[in-house]
Amino acid sequence: MTTNAYVLGAGAGFNGGDIIFQLLMFIILLALLKKFAWAPLMGIMTQREEHIASEIEAAEKSRVEANQLLEQTRVEVKTARLEAQNTIENAKKIGEEQKTEILAAARAESERLKESAKLEIAQERDNAMNSLREQVAALSVMIASKVIEKDLSAADQEQLINEYIKEAGEER
Amino acid sequence: MDHKSPLIHPEIFGVTLTFNLANMLMITVASVIVFLIAVLATRKLALKPTGIQNFFEWVMDFVKGIVKSNMDWKTGGRFHVLGITLIMYIFVSNMLGLPFAIVYNDYLWWKSPTADPVVTLTLAVMVVGLSHYYAIRMKGFSEYGKDFFRPMWFMFPLKIIEEFANTLTLGLRLYGNIFAGEILLTLLAGSLATGVGGHLAAVIPTLAWMGFSVFVGAIQAFIFVMLTMVYISHKVSDDH
Repeated sequence: MTTNAYVLGAGAGFNGGDIIFQLLMFIILLALLKKFAWAPLMGIMTQREEHIASEIEAAEKSRVEANQLLEQTRVEVKTARLEAQNTIENAKKIGEEQKTEILAAARAESERLKESAKLEIAQERDNAMNSLREQVAALSVMIASKVIEKDLSAADQEQLINEYIKEAGEER
Repeated sequence: MDHKSPLIHPEIFGVTLTFNLANMLMITVASVIVFLIAVLATRKLALKPTGIQNFFEWVMDFVKGIVKSNMDWKTGGRFHVLGITLIMYIFVSNMLGLPFAIVYNDYLWWKSPTADPVVTLTLAVMVVGLSHYYAIRMKGFSEYGKDFFRPMWFMFPLKIIEEFANTLTLGLRLYGNIFAGEILLTLLAGSLATGVGGHLAAVIPTLAWMGFSVFVGAIQAFIFVMLTMVYISHKVSDDH
């Protein structure tokens, strides 16, 4: 061991060279690792962090969107249901109205028919009375001619007239 | 048992520097292993992490947790890379000496680089130096200077001692743990394992101690990074 005793701090066995070598190697290792290993690794880690953050944000966004859609659908279903109910209600109302209308029309029609039938009957009766009256007149003439032919007593004549009148009345 | 270190003393720019070739070899090996592991693990990166990427993301989050437990992320983010590199390098270094130690011509070549106080103290001085550098850069020189007289002016000597104590304990704690582990492994493998009975007797304690050493190595790497962040935040933060 021939250590230079004049070198500062370099006593016997003091490895000054080792210190320099260790420092140098460590600094080189630090620089190389930073460039080739830690920087890419840190890069990918921050990239992942950003990715996760953005994914969470997107998920949150889509969740809110889905909620909005759900709410919207709910409202739409509600309105559709209300509309359907309204339509049914309306149809029912219209049906009811039509029913009453048709009934009223039928009633009026029947009333009208009845009236016209009554009128016809009355007319027919008048006609019948008229024709009867004419026949009575003709019969009277015939009776008179027979009386003249047969020389009837007053009682017979009376009887005859009553008979004819009776007949005429029954014919009604 | 008493292995020599392969030292050379070249003269560079008129200054004679002592190099421990074994240290240089192991520092290089540890650095290369850390570099290869890290680079190979981060070749195929995906948003959906698999396998080794998961592990490295866990390491990153772990170190992030260490930094965050000491300072807010806005200040501490810049020390993230330092923390990860430190924890990986120290852990790999601690593990290197466990499986075997190579002795060639009475010189010890293969060991943990962290089983040498020079290496650990270099790292410790670097960390403390960085804490001073960032304190001056982020708070200004006057604020940095005033911090030595807080909370009371007579604390100044203690503060000065604290800096050296921090550095020494940070480096020597790591060195002591790893060196002790290797010494015990050497003892178990070299002294106890003589003859068939000795070998059989040595197997179980060696296995147990190796398992414990893995644990100690991991814990020491964690503690080193944790204390690094503690010292840096102590210097950098305003509220201390």
